[in-house]
Amino acid sequence: MSPILLAEQVLNGLQSGVMLFLMAAGLTLIFGVMGLINLAHGSLYMVGAFAAAAVAGLTGSFLLALVAALAAAAAAGALVELLVIRRLYAKDHLDQVLATFALILIFSEGTRWLFGSFPLYLDIPEALSGTVTLPGGIAYPAYRLALIGVGIAVALGLWWLNARTRLGIRIRAGENDREMIAALGVDISKLYTLVFALGAALAGLAGALVGAIQSVQVGMGEPVLILAFVVIVIGGIGSIKGALIGALLVGLTDTLGGVLLPELFKLFTDPASAAASGSAFASMAIYILMAAVLIWRPTGLFGARA
Amino acid sequence: MSRESWLNTALLLALVAVPGWALWADEPFTITLATRAVIFALAAVGLNIALGMGGLVSLGHAVFFGIGGYAMGILASHAQTYTALMEWPFVIEGTKSMPVIWLVAVAASSCAALVIGLLSLRTSGVYFIMITLAFGQMMYFFAISWPAYGGEDGLSIYVRNGFPGLNTLVPIQFYGICLVWLCIALLLYARLMRSPFGLALNAARQVPARVRAVGLDPRRLQLVALVISGGITGLAGALFADLNRFVSPSMLSWQMSGEIMVFVIIGGVARLFGPVAGAGFYVLLEHLLGGVSEFWQIFLGLFLLAVVLFGKGGLVGMIAGRRGNG
Repeated sequence: MSPILLAEQVLNGLQSGVMLFLMAAGLTLIFGVMGLINLAHGSLYMVGAFAAAAVAGLTGSFLLALVAALAAAAAAGALVELLVIRRLYAKDHLDQVLATFALILIFSEGTRWLFGSFPLYLDIPEALSGTVTLPGGIAYPAYRLALIGVGIAVALGLWWLNARTRLGIRIRAGENDREMIAALGVDISKLYTLVFALGAALAGLAGALVGAIQSVQVGMGEPVLILAFVVIVIGGIGSIKGALIGALLVGLTDTLGGVLLPELFKLFTDPASAAASGSAFASMAIYILMAAVLIWRPTGLFGARA
Repeated sequence: MSRESWLNTALLLALVAVPGWALWADEPFTITLATRAVIFALAAVGLNIALGMGGLVSLGHAVFFGIGGYAMGILASHAQTYTALMEWPFVIEGTKSMPVIWLVAVAASSCAALVIGLLSLRTSGVYFIMITLAFGQMMYFFAISWPAYGGEDGLSIYVRNGFPGLNTLVPIQFYGICLVWLCIALLLYARLMRSPFGLALNAARQVPARVRAVGLDPRRLQLVALVISGGITGLAGALFADLNRFVSPSMLSWQMSGEIMVFVIIGGVARLFGPVAGAGFYVLLEHLLGGVSEFWQIFLGLFLLAVVLFGKGGLVGMIAGRRGNG
């Protein structure tokens, strides 16, 4: 395998990793602050993608589509938090799982009802549709490179928000002791709504950005949701740093496994069955990674010690 | 008799009466629907052992359901093409015999439960939920990308597998087989609940520290519960595949895990007949609302939300009231 192809795959892995990070960061933030396991996070990803596709179809502007995705996902997140989620904080995980599973059904079927079962398409903006030649002669799609840039920018922005702003102090305080910061006069329920909407907006952004390279359809969110779960199990629940490292690990393992494992199997068997069994095992690679991390550290790489 | 016992008796009578009526009124489709409900109930009784008694919120029970289904699919597909399952180091032939298939399904799904349990019980709480979900997804993607047994398209079986002395293609006879298995599983659940193992497991769910203090290992108790639970759900999977004469990766999907959990919760967690009430209600809802609107799952979602937010103890809890002890 040529080094150029390998470098391209590494970039692809990074790209899918940073997009996973957008999902995982919201999930881990919501779990860290409110102690809530949110299965409906994938639905917010889908809401973002559909809002972007609809607005792009009407106006033709990708930038407006992104704004719409952020706004729609944040609004859907805030609404759901006010109506349903805030009644779940005091309940056990089983109730949270069931209620957010119910939300998935409502979101998915509602979207199918509004937009139909056929996938929508979101076009890559004109300015980013070409390829960029990187040092070493690698021609790489500009849009995917831009996704990596957006992901890094969001990661830096989240770090800044968490470490340097008043909201970040409140979020960290909320993670540590919610009664105490409520006693200090912080409106805790407003903070919760804000954090949930922020996580939702990140998911919606990811949905819109990824929607432009895949199709926008009902049920697109759940596979990503489960990958994001794998990410935060690896990184440690509640840790944004863990989510970033975990997301990059999962993105790289998934992409490189799909390329390298069939090559590896070719050393042992004939090409046809190597391709088949290689891709079958490649689809399991990230879960094997997760199992390995769990055996080594049951609470993830950066999780609090149990 | 308590109200819950009355309710349980009524449910059991309904399981006998509904197909009896369908036979009399010549409505074979009702029997198929009832069979579907009974098989779902069996799968949910399996989950109820882990979830209700053990407090293990497993979102990956479709793994066991699907492994049971594929045990049936693989054995029967080899039997119908007259090819051996493996030739080396010894020859294993496919089979169309239900008892053998059940045995293999239970053994395979219990083994899977053992492996998944050993890994996922290292953690607890939310980690456990996410990990069981992730292992479920792993099996799902493996089934899709492994081409030998149909991959994404699944496996079809032309003729339902046989049981000595019965014609399993007659709906009511196959229903009888499924109902007998459900009753056996319910008896097992009732016995387990009162057994020393069940009591210890219950205690491990409530206060693990005290269980450890009297010298028992909570994790080991939970592992055994998960293995029994996986075995029963696997058996249900084999029956479900036989009902449809078809098995596909969708039996392994996370939606399937979610549905099995929904059966338990709308029926009533840790209630003996909770899974039966839940599965029956779900199949009824699916049948009635599915005819009214293509988007019936919106109503299912709203109903589930109502159960979580306002209902305590699911259907059985609403009708029979709070549980007395026992």
